[in-house]
Amino acid sequence: MLRFTIRRLISGVILLFVISTLAYLLLYLGAGNVGRRILGPQASDATVALKNQQLGLDQPIVERYLSWLGGAARGDFGSSWFTQQPVVEAITSRLAVTISLVIGATLVSAVIAIALGVWAARRRGWADRLVQVIAVLGFAIPGFLLAVALVNVFALKLHWFRPTGYVPLSTSFGGWATTVALPIIALSIGAVAAIAQQVRGSVIDGMRQDWVRTLRSRGLSENRVVLKHVLRNAGGPALAVLAVQFVGLLGGAVIVEQVFAIPGLGQVSVTATAQGDVPLVMGLVVAVGAIVVIVNLVIDLMQGFLNPKARVS
Amino acid sequence: MTESAIVPLPDAAAEGSAARAHLMRRLLRNGTGLAAIIVLVLVVLGAIFAPLLTHADPNKADLNSLLAPIGPGHPLGADAAGRDVLARLLYGTRFSLAGALLATAIAAFIGVVAGLIAGYYQRWFESIASWAASLLMALPAIVILLAARAVLGPSMWMSMAVFGVLLSPAFYRLVYTAVVGVRNELYVDAARVAGVGDASIIGRHILAVVRAPIIIQAAMVMGISIAIEAGLDFLGLGDSSIPTWGNMLNDAFSKMYQAPVLLIWPSAAIALTSVALVLFANTLRDELERAGSGGRAKVQSTATGTVFGEPAIVHADEPGSAAPILAVHDLVVGYDRPGGEFKQVVNGVSLTVRRGEVHGLIGESGSGKTQTAWSILRLLPEGGRIAAGTIVFDGVDLSTQSEKQLCRIRGRRISYIPQEPMSNLDPSFTIGSQLVEPMVVALGISRAEAKRRALSLLARVGIPSPERTFSSYPHEVSGGMAQRVLIAGAVSCEPDLVIADEPTTALDVTVQAEILDLLRGLQRDLGVSILIVTHNFGVVADLCDRVSVMREGRIVESGPVRELFRDPRHPYTRSLFDAILEDGAARGALAHSSDRHTVKEGAR
Repeated sequence: MLRFTIRRLISGVILLFVISTLAYLLLYLGAGNVGRRILGPQASDATVALKNQQLGLDQPIVERYLSWLGGAARGDFGSSWFTQQPVVEAITSRLAVTISLVIGATLVSAVIAIALGVWAARRRGWADRLVQVIAVLGFAIPGFLLAVALVNVFALKLHWFRPTGYVPLSTSFGGWATTVALPIIALSIGAVAAIAQQVRGSVIDGMRQDWVRTLRSRGLSENRVVLKHVLRNAGGPALAVLAVQFVGLLGGAVIVEQVFAIPGLGQVSVTATAQGDVPLVMGLVVAVGAIVVIVNLVIDLMQGFLNPKARVS
Repeated sequence: MTESAIVPLPDAAAEGSAARAHLMRRLLRNGTGLAAIIVLVLVVLGAIFAPLLTHADPNKADLNSLLAPIGPGHPLGADAAGRDVLARLLYGTRFSLAGALLATAIAAFIGVVAGLIAGYYQRWFESIASWAASLLMALPAIVILLAARAVLGPSMWMSMAVFGVLLSPAFYRLVYTAVVGVRNELYVDAARVAGVGDASIIGRHILAVVRAPIIIQAAMVMGISIAIEAGLDFLGLGDSSIPTWGNMLNDAFSKMYQAPVLLIWPSAAIALTSVALVLFANTLRDELERAGSGGRAKVQSTATGTVFGEPAIVHADEPGSAAPILAVHDLVVGYDRPGGEFKQVVNGVSLTVRRGEVHGLIGESGSGKTQTAWSILRLLPEGGRIAAGTIVFDGVDLSTQSEKQLCRIRGRRISYIPQEPMSNLDPSFTIGSQLVEPMVVALGISRAEAKRRALSLLARVGIPSPERTFSSYPHEVSGGMAQRVLIAGAVSCEPDLVIADEPTTALDVTVQAEILDLLRGLQRDLGVSILIVTHNFGVVADLCDRVSVMREGRIVESGPVRELFRDPRHPYTRSLFDAILEDGAARGALAHSSDRHTVKEGAR
């Protein structure tokens, strides 16, 4: 188990290294005259050159890259070109917001999707068709579109929720829940669709397994066999879909945060992107990559827990 | 966002231009498919004929019609800059579709070419391509798009081209899997041996297989591209100089308080187009699956719940036989098929199991033995049902019991030993927990007590180290051990009747004898009745007191084993005996049944 974890962490670090290298080269080759962009058209050529020198942009790309990499390895990703705020600080202050949103959406979609999937698999008929319709809508309709609709109906018309804003989880759970309720619904629909489809398929398959008959022949009720045994076996494939969906949720959060004016990674990404703030963009790429690597590792460890054959000794 | 849809791969041989035309026709006949196609055609026509449908300029701001309502000058009103909403919507369709098309085309081109090369030639190219595919899938696409936007600026075409590259794994994985599946097929080998060039093989044989799945994937990718393009514009990171659905949404969102109606048009356009694309893909996939399954299976139509065939030959029981514990009378079992047909697999079985006896139910595969056994347990697979007859167990007709009542009978009164040991243990739970759980539920004893009993049962069925097996998972034990575990489970709640469905068939010959010994010993010790399903007269001779011979869903002859061996009257019974004398096993080519395979399928 420990060796498996270490091996996966190492491959995760390699993945991060490759991604950040590619991103660095692309971003800096395309960055153009940074000093001019920061200082604006009024600045004199001399000041611009000085600014570029301060930022180290007069150095050859390889040297700059190595110094960035050295800093990154020590946890120092430099400072924003525009606000001078250290990148690590700018990201960590927003990270918790996005993570709480994405984890909330993951939990909500997992619970709803499992309930819907099991329901559709067992009832078939109209329940099944309803879940299929939800799946099509969830897959087809972009989350941010749903977010806009939700704001319109539940915040502006019905006044059930505040249209925008965010209360940290650490301040009050109730405040957090009411501010993230709509964003989480908007984010979850796609993941619910995908996971419910997978759970439905796995449960239908599972109920046809020989051991279901054998367990029932011992006097266990169908409910018990489905909810304990079939569902546990369906967990592996469902987790695999969840891993893919998590990446989608993280991406979706970037846009959905913007709709609800939630101060998370999404907001800082959009600003950094629009300004061409390369150190900040680099930091974001690495941060998101690291989250994905860690989540995939956690999901693989959970797979081992669910499936004894996949367990690594 | 970049997950690939699961798309079935059709049989290459079944694919031809005729089959394709057929698929298209079926798609049009399917209501959902037709609706999706109509929506998509209307959207495309709207984009193409935008200049004919409106004379307004989508970018011309007009201070006199800021947020103008719906009216003669502006069929859908005007936006905050006084631009005509209908014109922006129609011209926006052009840009939104073109952007999505660009992304899809790039994704399909890279994915298909790389998939074909990697799948057909494999080796180093495959390693690199698969690694690159997983790299591209690792990050949220939007983050990479934002990074690209920071460098490349707000061009929609650039963003969509980058997005196309990011989505190429969706096509790559699809094509790669298909090619690997096809490249070793006999007809591809034959073509290669016949000297057909690689390019021609790929074109003729391999592309034919993946064409329809690629279309399905393209529809999905197109939908995702429309969404992501609109998302970028909505964030204000797109090119605001061109009318797109995303830009309209962005403008409308900023004026949400004054004119929420402006949100409706671009939202409806995005939602309608995306849903139509997904429905198109889903319907095409469903039709493809249906075509791949070879259409409707041939069904032998029989009336519902009829007993037919000649009556069984019954040998008289020896005097002083025990009272029956199980009496099955005229049992008819079948499966409901789509189209209201009822496929009958058991055509009126009557048999009696006496207290304390071992009763053999013998017949060739597909004769309905297993279906009869499952009916007694009331555990028929999905779609199966008892259409007629009674199953009287200890005075209670099981065929009319509710599921709740059956739960109290199963395990505690009647239990079951399956045929295939490895597939009859839940792979995710330890052997011990699968023994303990039913005892706790059925007997209401404590976990500790159940564990103690389970360990002693494991020792009783001849497992050398009960403690270790108890905490093992099913995949960690051999088939013979697993069958012993299943036997232990079957007798764990001290039932009156054990139904054993070919308990030795899946095992090695040496293990078979041990399992039969074990059953005989348990039967003697516990005084339990056993109904043993088998195709082997050796097992019957070895173990049984009485036997029923089954053929084509009917009992043809039954009676005490000694009587039946001395004087087999039915020609089928005699042919089973002859088979033992000739081959030593009764399984094989003595079937006269025309539909034993279809019967077997009905059981799935």
